Order: sequence, then C-alpha cells, then structure tokens
Amino acid sequence: MFSQLFSVFLTYVYTQNCYIREQAFTLRWPVRANTASSEGLDAKSDKNKTLWRHSMMRVHAKRAGVLLSGLMLPALSHADWGMNMVPGVTGTSNEIFSLHMTILWICVAIGVVVFGVMFWSIIAHRKSDDREPAHFHENTAVEILWTIIPFVILVAMAIPATATLVDMYDTSESDIDIKVTGYQWKWKYDYINDDFGYFSNLATSQDEIYNRLEKNENYLLEVDNPLVIPVGKKVRLLLTANDVIHSWWVPEFGVKKDAIPGFINETWTRVDEPGIYRGQCTELCGTYHGFMPVVVKAVPQEEYDSWLAEQKAAAEKERELTQKDWTMDELMERGEKVYATACAACHQADGSGAPPAFPALKGSAIATGDMAGHLDIVVNGKPGTAMQAFGEQLNEADLAAVITYERNAWGNNTGDMVTPKEVFDYKNQQ
Amino acid sequence: MSAVADTHAQAHHHGPASGITRWLFTTNHKDIGTMYLVFSFTMFLLGGTMAMVIRAELFQPGLQIVQPEFFNQMTTMHGLIMVFGAVMPAFVGLANWMLPLMIGAPDMALPRMNNWSFWLLPCAFLILVSTLFMSGGAPNFGWTFYAPLSTTYGPPSTTFFIFAVHIMGISSIMGAINVIATILNLRAPGMTLMKMPLFVWTWLITAFLLIAVMPVLAGVVTMMLMDINFGTSFFDASGGGDPVLFQHVFWFFGHPEVYIMILPAFGAVSHIIPAFSRKRLFGYASMVYAVGAIALLSFIVWAHHMFTVGVPIAGQLFFMYATMLIAVPTGVKVFNWVATMFRGSLTFEAPMLFAVAFVILFTIGGFSGLMLAIAPADFQYHDTYFVVAHFHYVLVPGAIFGIFASAYFWLPKWTGHMYDETLAKTHFWLSFIGMNLAFFPMHFLGLAGMPRRIPDYALQFADFNMVSSIGAFMFGATQLLFLAIVIKCVRGGEKAAAKPWEGAEGLEWTVPSPAPYHTFATPPEVK
Repeated sequence: MFSQLFSVFLTYVYTQNCYIREQAFTLRWPVRANTASSEGLDAKSDKNKTLWRHSMMRVHAKRAGVLLSGLMLPALSHADWGMNMVPGVTGTSNEIFSLHMTILWICVAIGVVVFGVMFWSIIAHRKSDDREPAHFHENTAVEILWTIIPFVILVAMAIPATATLVDMYDTSESDIDIKVTGYQWKWKYDYINDDFGYFSNLATSQDEIYNRLEKNENYLLEVDNPLVIPVGKKVRLLLTANDVIHSWWVPEFGVKKDAIPGFINETWTRVDEPGIYRGQCTELCGTYHGFMPVVVKAVPQEEYDSWLAEQKAAAEKERELTQKDWTMDELMERGEKVYATACAACHQADGSGAPPAFPALKGSAIATGDMAGHLDIVVNGKPGTAMQAFGEQLNEADLAAVITYERNAWGNNTGDMVTPKEVFDYKNQQ
Repeated sequence: MSAVADTHAQAHHHGPASGITRWLFTTNHKDIGTMYLVFSFTMFLLGGTMAMVIRAELFQPGLQIVQPEFFNQMTTMHGLIMVFGAVMPAFVGLANWMLPLMIGAPDMALPRMNNWSFWLLPCAFLILVSTLFMSGGAPNFGWTFYAPLSTTYGPPSTTFFIFAVHIMGISSIMGAINVIATILNLRAPGMTLMKMPLFVWTWLITAFLLIAVMPVLAGVVTMMLMDINFGTSFFDASGGGDPVLFQHVFWFFGHPEVYIMILPAFGAVSHIIPAFSRKRLFGYASMVYAVGAIALLSFIVWAHHMFTVGVPIAGQLFFMYATMLIAVPTGVKVFNWVATMFRGSLTFEAPMLFAVAFVILFTIGGFSGLMLAIAPADFQYHDTYFVVAHFHYVLVPGAIFGIFASAYFWLPKWTGHMYDETLAKTHFWLSFIGMNLAFFPMHFLGLAGMPRRIPDYALQFADFNMVSSIGAFMFGATQLLFLAIVIKCVRGGEKAAAKPWEGAEGLEWTVPSPAPYHTFATPPEVK
C-alpha cells in the first residue's frame, strides 16, 4: 500500500519535472520552434503561447495517465523512467522476469493485507476517540495459522524458482564456447575453438566523463570491440579473471556470473533477437569499476560466419607481425599507442605514474636499466602488486613496441630496441 | 547476592567523580551507556557526511566532485563506520543504560571490562579514520572487502584497517560477554527467563550471535594480514589459495551480523508499540521463539550473498530454501506487532511514530529480501541498486529508526526532562520523507540495471539518482535536528515523571527520572 502511494507520488514528481523541462525548453528556445517561418515578433510569441499550451495539455494528459497507471500498477515498468526489470530477450531472462513479477505481486498482496490491518488500527483505534483498549493476547490457532500460511506461500514460490535454476545451470550441449576474462578494467573474449581473441575496452571519451562534451546516448555503455555471437545458438561462456573478481552481466540475457581469478565459471545464453545488448561489470573491482561495460552484438548466422572469417584472418596477420623486421621508428610509433591503451591508466601518459601504488617509468631503474629485467616485469607482471602479466594480454609485436617506447620516451633515451622475435624467444625460453 | 548489596550500601552514597576522570575511569553502566550513545551519534554524523559525498557525486551523470578512487574510499568508509561505529555501539549503549534497569540489577556484571570495551572503540575508529590521510588513501574495496581486491590489490593502509577491525571485534566480544553475564546472573529475584522484557531477550540472543561470529571476522582479517604481510596465500589463487573462501568466511560472519544490527531494535519496538497502544504485546512467547529461530537460521543462509559466485546447484538450492524460511519467523514478528496495535488505544508520540514506521518500512525491506532470496531472480538483482535499496530499508528505518524510537522512549528516563514533542515529530516526518525519497527510487534503479558502487552511471539512471540524492540530503540535514532536540532535552524542559508514558511497563519505570546514578542497590521483587 505504501509503495503504491509512493509510486504515485514519484510519478507526480516526474510529470512535474517533465513539465518544468518542457517549459524550460520553450523558454530557452523561443525562436527555434518556428525558425523556418517568416512571421513577425508578435506572431512568434503567439505561436509560442500555442506551443506552450499544447505542451501543457500534453503534460496534463501524461500526468493523468501516469497517475492512473501509478495507482493501478505500482512499481510496474514505466518506459521513460525504467522502474522495472526488463523481460529481456532470452528464455532465461523471461523466466526470471515472470518469477520476479510473481513474487512482487505476492509481496504486494501480503503488504496490502498486513498494512491494511495496521492502518485500520491507526485510523480507527485511537485514544483521542476515547477508545478503551481490548485485552486479548495469545491465540494459538491464529499463531499457527500465520506460521503455516507464509510457509505454504514460500513452498509454492520455491517450486518454479527451482525449475528455473536447474535450467540456468544446464550448460551442456553448447554450440559455441567463449572464454570471458575480466581484467582491471576491461573484458577479454577468447573464441577458444577458433584460436583468436580480443579485448573490449570502454569507448566513452574522458571529455564526456568530465563533462566537457555532451554525453551520447550510450554513455558508459559503449566499447571498442563488442562480443559478437550468432542468434539462435547456445553460447557457453567460461568466465575467469586475471586480477581481482569481476562480474559479467547483461540484464537482457538474465546472465550474471562472477569472473574469479583461479576459477572457471560456466554459464550460457541463447539469444533469439539480433541486436546490441548492454550491461556492466557488477562486482567492485577497483578504481574504474564503473567504467567496464559489457556490450554484446547478436547477429544472424551468415553475418557471424563472415565476421568469424575476418577475425581469423586478422589473427593470422598479427602472428605474422612477429616475423617481420621492425625499425626503431615503427616500434616507437606502435609503442606509443599500446602504451596509451595498456599502461597509461596507471603509469600516466607522461610516465610519471602515481606513486606509491604505480611507480613512475620516467627515469626508472627498470625502464633505463637491464633489458632482461624490463622484459620480465612487462611479460610476467609483479606478483603482489597491481602490475599485471602483459605477456598473455599483448602480442609479441605490441610487447616489443611498448618496451622499446618506454625505454626511449620521456627522456629515457637509452637507444635500446627489442624486436618482436626477441620477445617471442624470451617468452618461449621460460 | 544480598551480602554484596549490603556491604556496598555503606559506600554507595557517592555520585559521579568530577571532570574528565568521571568518563575515563567510570565503571557506571549509565555513564558508559551515555558514552556509547554519544560516540555512536558522532560516528553516525561522520558516516552520514560520507554518504552525502556519495550522493553529491551521484546527483548527475559524469564526474563532478570526487574522483573514482576517492568515491570508492567513501563507499567503503561509509559502510564500515555506519555498521561498526554507528549502529552496533548505539545498541550497546542502549543495552548498558537499559539492561540493568530492566532486570533490576545494580550495574553490568563486569563493570571494569565495560569501561575497557568502550574505550577501545574510539581507538579503533581513530585508526580507521586516520587511513583517510595516509598515502594511497583509505580502504577502497567496499565494506565487504573481498579478496584479492583487499589483499594483493589493496592500498597500504589495509593493515591499519585490519588492526582497527581487530580492536572493534575485541570490544564487541567483551561487550557481548558482559551482556550475557549480566542477564544470566543479575536478574531480580522472580524474573525467570520467560518473564524477561523482550529487549533483554533480543540482546541476550544478539550477544550470543556476537560471540559466535566476531571471532570469525577476526579470523578472516587475520588471514588477510598474513596474505599481505607474511607471504601466505589464503586468498591468492596464484599461490594455491581461494578467493571464494574469503567470501564464505566473511559472510558466515556477515549474515548473523545483519541480525546483530536488527534484533535489539525488534526488542525495543516490542516495548514501544504495546506502550502506545495501551495493550499487552500480542504473543510474548512466540516473539521470543521467533527471535531464536531467526538467530539460528542466520547461521545457515550466508551463501545467499554469493549466488552469482558459482556455488554448485545443490548448495544454491539449500541456501535459497533456508533464506526463504527466514520469512516465516520474521512474519510472525510483524503479525504480532500489528495484532498488538489492533483494537488498542493508540497515541502517536515520537517513539510510536518511529516504531510504526519501523514496522512498515522494515517489512518493505523484508519483502525485497524475500525477492532477493529467489536465487534465479537474484542473478538479476545481485550487486545492483536493488540490493542497496534493500539493505538500506532494513538498516535505516530498521536499525536507525529503532534506535531513534528507543532514544525518544527512554530520553525522559535518562535526562529527567521531556523532549520537545513538536520538534521530535518534525524530526520524524522529515526523516521519514527524506529516507523514502532517498531509498525507494533505488529499487527502480537496480531493477533498471544500475550496478552498485559506481561513481558514474549511464544516462537512463539520471532522473531517479537526482531524486534519491535530494532525499538523502534532506534525511542527512534532518539529523542535526535530532542533535538539537537531545541537547535541549538534556538542558531542561518539562519535568518527566518516573513513568512518563501511560502504557509503559517494566522495572525501568519504577525508578525516578532522571534515573539516579546508582539504582537497584537492593534488588526489586518480581512477581
């Protein structure tokens, strides 16, 4: 009952807000609505009034409608405000949605009865009405009843919940297996049957995050390389993490599973609707936890097949890069880019770091000292610190480029250069 | 027993010592209770200020006020300070003040330990809060401090955090021992267990929960200490350890912990509702059994915090069923309160307002708890704002409103003055509106897909976040009013009678208001 009242209140606040916004719009842009016309000033303001009246009417109608639906359907989905869970696009997400709605309505019903009795007492049984209190207490029949009835409701609830859970845990007979690895703060997708994989980074610019640019509609929910899956296929996801615990969530799939270092978790999904689906990491994983979205692109089978072929060819080409003969300039150029995506978040673009957690590379003993030590820390990481083992994250060309870059940028002018082949040999001698 | 009372009678005409030594060396349960309450309110304001920082950053999408790193420190410190600094000490303060008065005892059973367990707390929190000023910053891994984020990847101040938790734990365990010793040994003649006031019952059970789980917390932070400083690998997978083990151990402490924070409020509300309904509590015995059942069940539900961790399906089902089962005894309690109000003769002074809001809003928190218990649905709710809404609904109108209700109920007894009823009612209504405005929209945010513990969010979450922030500022600012009300009440006001509430019952109302420095030197007789 309370939640009902409250949702009515909220919707009221909302429509009020709409109204203010629309009004602000008309006030701020009085001319914009009729720029195409050549009417005079008076005509313009007349037209503005009409516009304003129309918007008022719209708001009133909206408010009435919202109030009504607020009364009838508390906490039900309201398109603009996203008040409810999405039914989603998979069988699992739909089953979860129906469980959610069932238990929600059971709670609402119990709430109406319990709070009904309570408000009845609050209104009707006041001392100010000279009421004498009743003296009843303890009634075994009532007490047994109010223990048994909730128990029966719970059993009724547990049955469909168990069925859904069993289904969610059935990862057998998958069509495609994809390994999902959580890193601080990005995801890696490995198509383990096809021998390629790639990182998926946040694509939102710092300018948008720091309010220097207007935010686009997918603000914080956009990546450079989304996970691509075909529609209508059972996709099994094998989740793990490289550093701390992350959690991979796409609300519209009804799939959320923790990615834990040292563990491999399994889950699955089958998406029938092509489209782009967005989610986020949901386990606190450090500073930029709020900035590692999950984006999945579900495409028809033919499109998936051609995408797959492209990726495999590109992966083959990457491997060839290792064999190529590189010049210093090529390595520096490539290294600067790799540094910006893989290293700059901690060690900063100018190599100054953020001590003590993230040491400076500018003039550091490692970046200007022995090459083997530098290779070791980049390839294997430094256990016990945030320094990751980049040997598995970057290919040989990128590793060689970034090490070369670090040894020659920001005044670390060692003149040293390491080639992808040398990195390859270093990794394989271990 | 009587021999002790007799010899003590010679020397007991002394009042409190004067100056700072009164507070440093006191062994008086009333002084210690007051210190706990003042400490708790200070921490409440500090933790609340951090919440204001969080809500200010979340007022709009984008980063405006703080950086993500500091935001994480705020969420972590807010949680730790509110749980360990505000809610738990407030209940210990109430226990110190009221348990001896309710059972007719002259003081707590172990008064010197009582002093020691209080004074450990400011030390612990001095250490904890000082981490904010250390290089690398304060703990930033959430109040649940999951490994390896808190071990391998934690800031250097983590060791200080661990030490602070150890000290708090020692304080809590000593406090719990004291409560048990007092209740089991110092009850007035004739007060059998099943005649004890419910606040005493709920505290007795809470104390056992504390003794059972605080050592587990100490264990888990010690394992962290070892991992960080002594090269062990309890939680480090690359050394053969297990990050999930951390969560099992933590939540084995964590789940009973949430009942530690709510059971004493259950007890207090079970006094306040009958008092202002002028009608006996509907089912005393079933209330006691329900609290016992909740306490027992709280030990076998911990993995419901870990449904997405990858627990095998058999475990998943077990923890889902066990969790759902908690709804039964909780329902019994709510039904009892409602049945007590039914056909009573109700008035709505501030304690009753807070108590009624407690029942309604705690029940809403219980409903979302039941929804969260449904494991498949939890895959969608887990680690979203729906969870944030849920636990703030059980903790703010649950624990905090329970504490406010108790404070207003017993303030006349503590100070000898009636508080300003108009101001208190204003405090209630502003808190009530602010709290709902702050936390109800969080349900919608969570269902719409907003993860918790993020400093910035996608645009579709903007409107409700703004509403929530406005509510939070309102709730936060209102709490200063409570401070003013209490100060006003301490300094003066209408004289309070020994029993200022018409319908109140219990031994605490048989002593004068304010309660003399020493009470029940000779135990009363309970029929």
